[in-house]
Amino acid sequence: MSEHVDKGRRQLLTAATALTGAVGAAFAAAPFLASWKPSARAKALGAPVEVDISKLEVGAMLKVEWRGKPVYIVHRSQEMVAQLPGMDDRLADPGSEASDQPDYAQNQTRSIRPEYLVVLGVCTHLGCAPMGRFTSGDAELGADWPGGFYCPCHGSKFDLAGRVFKGVPAPTNMAIPPYAFADDNHVLVGQDKSRAA
Amino acid sequence: MKALLGWIDDRFPLTQMWNEQWGKYYAPKNLNNWYYFGSLSLFVLVLQILTGIFLTMNYKPAAAEAFGSVEYIMRDVEWGWLIRYLHSTGASAFFVVVYLHMFRAMLYGSYRKPRELLWIFGMVIYLVLMGEAFFGYLLPWGNMSYWGAQVIVSLFGTLPVIGSGLVEWIRGDFYISDITLNRFFALHVIALPLVLIFLVVAHLLALHEVGSNNPDGIEVKKNKGPDGHPLDSIPSHPYYSVKDLMGLASFLVLFCGVVFFAPAFGGLFLEAPNFEPANPMQTPPHIAPVWYFTPFYAMLRAVPAFFGTQIWGVLVMGAAIVLLFFLPWLDRAPVKSIRYRGPLYKVGLALFVVCFVTLGYCGLKPAVEPFKTLSVVGTIYYFAFFLLMPWYTRIDSHKPEPQRVKYHAH
Repeated sequence: MSEHVDKGRRQLLTAATALTGAVGAAFAAAPFLASWKPSARAKALGAPVEVDISKLEVGAMLKVEWRGKPVYIVHRSQEMVAQLPGMDDRLADPGSEASDQPDYAQNQTRSIRPEYLVVLGVCTHLGCAPMGRFTSGDAELGADWPGGFYCPCHGSKFDLAGRVFKGVPAPTNMAIPPYAFADDNHVLVGQDKSRAA
Repeated sequence: MKALLGWIDDRFPLTQMWNEQWGKYYAPKNLNNWYYFGSLSLFVLVLQILTGIFLTMNYKPAAAEAFGSVEYIMRDVEWGWLIRYLHSTGASAFFVVVYLHMFRAMLYGSYRKPRELLWIFGMVIYLVLMGEAFFGYLLPWGNMSYWGAQVIVSLFGTLPVIGSGLVEWIRGDFYISDITLNRFFALHVIALPLVLIFLVVAHLLALHEVGSNNPDGIEVKKNKGPDGHPLDSIPSHPYYSVKDLMGLASFLVLFCGVVFFAPAFGGLFLEAPNFEPANPMQTPPHIAPVWYFTPFYAMLRAVPAFFGTQIWGVLVMGAAIVLLFFLPWLDRAPVKSIRYRGPLYKVGLALFVVCFVTLGYCGLKPAVEPFKTLSVVGTIYYFAFFLLMPWYTRIDSHKPEPQRVKYHAH
């Protein structure tokens, strides 16, 4: 045996072993991290919901649960729909460019049929549930309140198409979930027409 | 007895550990009432672990059963109400003593060299404690638990690109659900308590390595007696054992007063909406976190959304806590203790206390005027206090420090 120790070689082997060990540890960690993702059961429970809207009166709102989130379906009156185009200068994102909605709902009324608004009842600020305050000039919200949604957590305000007003904490309009009309009286929340067909 | 101890000491350093960590640990003799809060924090930690163990014996971490099992503990389990109120009051008491403990460090410069790492361990403890409190708050599955978790978890959703995936990963579902509750339970009762105990051990080892600071902020190790111990120090046992027991007795009087007479503490310790079960479809009319998070919550709300994202508030809130880690290097004063500091720091610190309490109050209130403006002013002052510290502590006047600690025997 020689007395000579090849330090460079020893260092290289140590580093290579440590690196292999680290890669192994990362692979071993992957299953534990992945176990935090939504399970197969959670995904199955997130399936679309069919809602009967035949009994929803004009001016009324229906709340349904989809993926644990409230989805609001509002039967808007003609006056409610008529005031939407005039709101633009009070809104932060009137054209819904920065907001989350399917292509077929990126319009002035943010809907497939103007009389029905289907919107996620989740404030885009921090996920509270905005309340429907449909009467204009609401006592609490002031005389210039045109009617819409009001978030009780941090005071964000949205119009009757779920579009956010300027100067409130929420950055974008309330999200529109994918939805489709199964027939005149039924809405499928969570499924696009394209996929339903 | 002595023989038994000798037998153990030959096999395990029991006597040595006791002497190093407490029995012959020499601490400055002038430690005042502000020095109770360290040992009190340790007491509350033990109390939380013990009461927590007994709560898990009857609590069910499932969305369908959690709220009911807490009511079961309150009504049907013998003394269950006491165990639960000790735990819920203990959570708030933990933050009370930890905040006072941290303020003590700011009064006497306890974070300064050579105690920087001690302060950092303490800050990590504070962070883990916030996590522990947050996870624990979901467990009763009341409506405020639910929506509080909803708001806080959503904060991660503001991160660009990975945000929404990250939130889904934390919740394990598309919303705060049974799955989320179950994992928060695991984190609350196993993961974080283990981390917390490890960090507390590290905090104490670091303290006993560098030695305690004192109200005069001078290093007692500079003046050592012939026995090698600092002249101004006394062994922790029996002197500080007895003193800390006295502090504990006073603390317990107040603590038990809350536990027995005002466990909800006017809605501050247990919030009214949390007496109804979680309802994903109905937000409580006004959401506020528990009082110990409200100063940071007020900062979160004080920052408006711009550039189409509201990550700025989250960043400000995070920065408010990260800044505290750098305190040992921000403070450039030539003296440590408030006793020898100049007017700039004295006034600055007094205003900081006012600012922190005001922010805490604003965080409890709805986001309307005057709380909105107050929150903005408070946030600006909070940051100014820390960021300008390298400047104003250097130009501030100061009095000369004494050579020996000031102490009047009783």
